[in-house]
Amino acid sequence: MAISPPTERLWWKTPIHRPELIWIIVAFLWGLVMFFMMIYWHAFGQQNLSTETYRTTPNAFYAKTEAMVQQYRVRDLNGLPVVRPPAGGDVYMIGRMWLWYPALELQKDQTYRLHLSALDLQHGFSLQPININVQVHPGYEHVLTVTPDQAGEFSIVCNEYCGLGHHTMLGKIFVVDGPGVTP
Amino acid sequence: MNASQFRTCPTTGLKIDLQAQSLIKANAVAAVVFLAIGGLFGLSVALTRWPAVHLLPADWFYLALTAHGLDVLLLWIIFFEIAVLYFASSTLLNSRLAAPRLGWVAFGMMLGGGLLTNVSVLQGQSTVMFTSYPPLMAAQHFYLGLILFAVGALLACGIFFGTLVIAREEKTYKGSIPLVTYGALTAAIIAVFTLASGAIILIPTWLWSLGIISYIDPLMYKLVWWAMGHSSQQINVSVHVSIWYAIAAMLFGAKPLSEKVSRGAFLLYILFLQLASAHHLLVEPGLSSEWKVFNTSYAMYLAVLGSMIHGMTVPGSIEAAQRKRGFDKGFFEWLRKAPWGNPAFSGMFLSLVMFGFLGGISGVVMGTEQINIIIHNTLYVPGHFHGTVVAGTTLAFMAMTYLLIPLIFQREIRFPRLAKWQPYLFGLGVGGISLFMMGAGTLGVSRRHWDITFADSALDFSYPEAAFLMLALNGLSAIAAATGGLMYIVVVVGSVFFGRKVEGKIALAAPSGPPAVATYGSSDSLRIPGTVVLVGVFFLAFVLYYFVNWKYLSDIWPMR
Repeated sequence: MAISPPTERLWWKTPIHRPELIWIIVAFLWGLVMFFMMIYWHAFGQQNLSTETYRTTPNAFYAKTEAMVQQYRVRDLNGLPVVRPPAGGDVYMIGRMWLWYPALELQKDQTYRLHLSALDLQHGFSLQPININVQVHPGYEHVLTVTPDQAGEFSIVCNEYCGLGHHTMLGKIFVVDGPGVTP
Repeated sequence: MNASQFRTCPTTGLKIDLQAQSLIKANAVAAVVFLAIGGLFGLSVALTRWPAVHLLPADWFYLALTAHGLDVLLLWIIFFEIAVLYFASSTLLNSRLAAPRLGWVAFGMMLGGGLLTNVSVLQGQSTVMFTSYPPLMAAQHFYLGLILFAVGALLACGIFFGTLVIAREEKTYKGSIPLVTYGALTAAIIAVFTLASGAIILIPTWLWSLGIISYIDPLMYKLVWWAMGHSSQQINVSVHVSIWYAIAAMLFGAKPLSEKVSRGAFLLYILFLQLASAHHLLVEPGLSSEWKVFNTSYAMYLAVLGSMIHGMTVPGSIEAAQRKRGFDKGFFEWLRKAPWGNPAFSGMFLSLVMFGFLGGISGVVMGTEQINIIIHNTLYVPGHFHGTVVAGTTLAFMAMTYLLIPLIFQREIRFPRLAKWQPYLFGLGVGGISLFMMGAGTLGVSRRHWDITFADSALDFSYPEAAFLMLALNGLSAIAAATGGLMYIVVVVGSVFFGRKVEGKIALAAPSGPPAVATYGSSDSLRIPGTVVLVGVFFLAFVLYYFVNWKYLSDIWPMR
């Protein structure tokens, strides 16, 4: 029994039963499939998280973001600037208590370098309803290269707890087909 | 010093050190108390998430969520595990416990530390979630309590190792240690790694909260913290798998199909499980993909292999034992005629099935580097770990309690009908919690979130209607689970304090058939077709669900 010492003193020399042996082989091979699936996706899949990261400071990142806002602001949304940066370029987004700043207007099927960092605490960049989730740290500038391939209004939820106003923290990304609306 | 006093258990014939027995009792009672407290916090969290009820205000919700994680994930489970470690070393090996006085010191430190951290949370100064990610800072006694608790638990592990050495020196058993003790040893080895990691990160964080250290790097914190946070879940796995084997042995006289295979599977845990910190860092900046792929897969899924092996050998050993006892018809007579009315068995078997299907499969899928992008920090994550830690570990511990009460506390189970239904109700509730949170997470709902309607936000957003339904079903499931939990507490308290004293030998196993199986004869005669079918169904579900999630992933925006 499992609660008493093994009956065979040389238990490591007893043979393995066939169903066990087959299952060990199947499970091991399945593990290999799952392992190489991740590597395969790096080579051929379209959705891989960038590892491009720089050290930054809240002040430096805020300055870069603010420069973009000043240059490319097209309108406001409830007091939040909406920025339409040139297609293919660098765009910045700040996570802070309790807002994603600024709102972005991107063109469908264009590729952007999206820089993410936090000013105060950790935040969770959670793009809905598409469901892309990336952790955002203060002091680290994470550059994702994304290609929005659907037009529409997307919301960014914060999905890392960041204080009592956490559940009010939202942001926006508008993806427009063609030249877009610039009222 | 050999002042130990023993009694001989009339049922099992084991020699039980009375000092060890008292320590087992104390740790188990502390565990159950924290389960009750943490469970209530959990219920209040689930009822707040249910939009139609929305029980708690925001500050209390986040406070209750922090306390829930602390009390059940840490205190309930580790206290119970320490009880299991003493049981698996001293009791199963007929040995005196090493340094029982130190055992009380460890118990005192764990209790004091646990209470201190609870106080700091209840004071409202430490609403930082169980994970306490910097730069979010808790009151200093939050960290201090955790450190005290961890050091106490580390001492208890030392007593476990010491007892193994004593038992070997004093030749209290013949040959190798039992499989269950081997599993407990696995848990204790992982625990040392885990608790050391905890100390390495919590001590500087405590100094930071005191203002002595100026900066804690948030990424470094996560890496080391999760070497404690995730590896401690592997302690749970090792212990509850050991409990599955123990219950199978006690109820059916089941013998492991192969000692070599089962022990090898435990060894895989020791070698690879501590890589799991990476599961929490898959969508973080600053770490290479190579690092993520290697670590998140436990070096090519070798620790997952260990669990998949136990997933066959545990039911397989029960099937083999039952067939020996005469339940040999068809594929499933052995299972149909199992003692489903015995909560030790029903709890154990539900734990086994739900751990595999709910917790296991979802865990491997979400731990796939790229798939984590569509799952990280959504409600899918707590959905997964309620499948592992509650449906798996907690239910197994509850099942074990129904054997510990007559054997260690020497009391008859009070309210046997309540006890009979308890695992089913709790299991149903927890299964629902796990499934519906995973469902809400698949729809994108954030974990740790007070208001999914975003009513107080400057911008507009709402999750899809289906998410509201999921959270309502989650609330109902939580009520079922909490009722099952309450039944457990009532049975435990009733039995321990008001149960009739057990006199003489008691019947653990189902009565029909010859009780114990000494050997299965040659390997050719071993037949476990029912288990093969169950494992086949599991494997099919695993493969399907795995590739479905790759399909989900392929629908999101291209990114690199």
